[in-house]
Amino acid sequence: MIYLFYLFATISVISALFVVAAKSPVNSVISLIVCFLSIAGHYILLNAQFLAMVHIIVYTGAIMVLFLFVIMLLNLNKSTEPQKSLITRIAAVAAGGLFLLTLLGAIKNGIGIATPGGYDGGIGLVKSVGMSLFTDFLVPFELSSVLFLSAIIGAVMLGKKESTAKQMATGDSAYAGLNQAEHIVR
Amino acid sequence: MITVFIFLAVLLLITLGVAAYETYMERKVAAFMQDRIGPDRAGPFGILQPLADGGKMFMKEDFVPANANRWLYFLGPAIAMTTALLTGVVIPWGGTLTIGDFTMNMQAADPEIGILYVFAMVSIGVYGIMLGGWASNNKFALLGAIRAASQMVSYELAMGLSIVALVLHTGTLSLGGIVDQQLDGLWNVVYQPLGFLLFIVCAFAECNRAPFDLAECETELVGGYHTEFSSMKLGFYLFAEYVNMFISSAVMATLFFGGYDIPFFDQAGRTEWWVTALGTGMFFGKIVFFIFVFMWIRWTLPRFRYDQLMNLGWKKLIPLAILNILLTGGWYHLKPYIFK
Amino acid sequence: MSTAMQPLTQRSRQVSNKKMSLMERIYLPAIAKGMMITLKHFFTVKAATVKYPEELRPMSKVYRGMHVLKRDDQGRERCTACGLCAVACPAEAITMVADERKKGEEKLYREEKYASIYEINMLRCIFCGDCEDACPKEAIFLTDRLVPTDYQRRPFVYGKEWLVEPLDPSLRVDVSKRQTPEVLKFKEQRQYSHNR
Repeated sequence: MIYLFYLFATISVISALFVVAAKSPVNSVISLIVCFLSIAGHYILLNAQFLAMVHIIVYTGAIMVLFLFVIMLLNLNKSTEPQKSLITRIAAVAAGGLFLLTLLGAIKNGIGIATPGGYDGGIGLVKSVGMSLFTDFLVPFELSSVLFLSAIIGAVMLGKKESTAKQMATGDSAYAGLNQAEHIVR
Repeated sequence: MITVFIFLAVLLLITLGVAAYETYMERKVAAFMQDRIGPDRAGPFGILQPLADGGKMFMKEDFVPANANRWLYFLGPAIAMTTALLTGVVIPWGGTLTIGDFTMNMQAADPEIGILYVFAMVSIGVYGIMLGGWASNNKFALLGAIRAASQMVSYELAMGLSIVALVLHTGTLSLGGIVDQQLDGLWNVVYQPLGFLLFIVCAFAECNRAPFDLAECETELVGGYHTEFSSMKLGFYLFAEYVNMFISSAVMATLFFGGYDIPFFDQAGRTEWWVTALGTGMFFGKIVFFIFVFMWIRWTLPRFRYDQLMNLGWKKLIPLAILNILLTGGWYHLKPYIFK
Repeated sequence: MSTAMQPLTQRSRQVSNKKMSLMERIYLPAIAKGMMITLKHFFTVKAATVKYPEELRPMSKVYRGMHVLKRDDQGRERCTACGLCAVACPAEAITMVADERKKGEEKLYREEKYASIYEINMLRCIFCGDCEDACPKEAIFLTDRLVPTDYQRRPFVYGKEWLVEPLDPSLRVDVSKRQTPEVLKFKEQRQYSHNR
């Protein structure tokens, strides 16, 4: 078991580094997928089967598919990648380092690292996850579903943009001009 | 422990064998539905045709396009095949087999989240198509890959929602548990007819089978995502499709048609070897029936147009699935008040 | 249009764009109907297959397959290299080089002029049979033999060694089946009288 942990830990760290270091966006996405899969492996080692599977379905199976989808549609590759200036790079490194320091400080002084002894093996199973979601964390759970609902409605609005612009164009002359300008741009 | 490994090895061989003979069955079914005879040269009734096909696949030149991303080009078929084969692990292929002192469970693993595991493997499977299609650096392959991705994501949603209603009924996500319930009672298809209909439609879409085979659509996209693939890489893609078909038929039989339940025979708790063998035979009978339905549909219905596909997925199946969840949930909520 | 169109067959159906009823819109009954049709065909006699090498499709008497350059009864080549076949050929598949018959070659060629090279490009040929119609000497015929396949293009240009029928009487190519009463009657016509 401990060897499996080391294996998954090594894979997740290396693939996470590769996400940042890879030149091609597709390689980045693929290493992120590998990283997610190894994290799912960690969940399984902790007997959190439900979390592991949901993690794979949602992150690996849906979100990363969409990432890859967008990258394929835009056909991003090395040549189209914008070159960052030196100052941007230094700023990015500094910001990232500061974030790492903050995390380390928080772990050291606040949350602390969990000890294996006090771990409840059943915490990640369907029943316990469901119980805690619908009792202790009911309000945040429902609030997040409202958030998703608003996101869905927003997506529908974005998808319907064309026809709303046309409706506005018939009613309002200012929008009509805007709509025309849009056509010219195209 | 060692029996599990042997069981897995046998399962792998059986899966590959079934997939190979599915190609034969597909050609025969297609031929019969068009009043033809089908392959009949290799062996009696053409029974050795899959071996001939496999041999041909191995002999073909393995060609890699000049501007392909070699690494991903190799990875694509591998992912497709691996994820297709991984799913069979959680399916209960039979009860407990007892011969003398030797007992073996006919299910390699029964995790608490069996259904979710199947979903997870299916959702990873799309990477095989996407990466292969993108890496071959061909417009048609890319279009096929994009179609496959959006189709998979859309129909996974409806499929998951149709399963939610089933899980409301069964109260467990474990495939072994779901079959155990159906051993005593009625099959789940009686309780969830709409859920089954939604599930089978989504299963067609997830397997990229006609009428949802937009991703390989030979009339529009040459060969879709596998346009540029040849030799055994192409073989892996085609094989993965048939393995997927086998596994999804098995999942359908497990979830909705009682798994290894023998109709009109009470087998709960019986562990004689012949009961288990009969149950497993029954299970395979159901699987073959569903595979036949897959082929039957393919050689009957024409392919969807892409907007029709998306409309069906998002505007028909998902609302129906949500309605199904509401009905099922409402029934279980109100049942205690109605039948006091 | 003043008059209504007459239906050509009894099978024509009036189509309409009427709004479909709910039953039609859920499509399931229509799908079930279609599936029953295919299932019915699944169990019918398989009549569409011809098991080729053992079983041959019946060929027409005037099937237009690979050409033959005929010899006459004494084994002399009938072709006189007049070039009418090459002119008639819509695909320009025929080329020939004419030559004069030398002394002592009377056993080989029927006329004083003969084709020293006669080539048909089988990749160009559309097997229309115009060369056969055009030939005034009944030298070229299309037969019910098929042109074999090949991996290269070059072998599809058939020279005289492929086209001229063998001297051996037992290996002669029989084209008498093609001389159906209709064909003979056609040849009776005055403008084709040269063709006898």
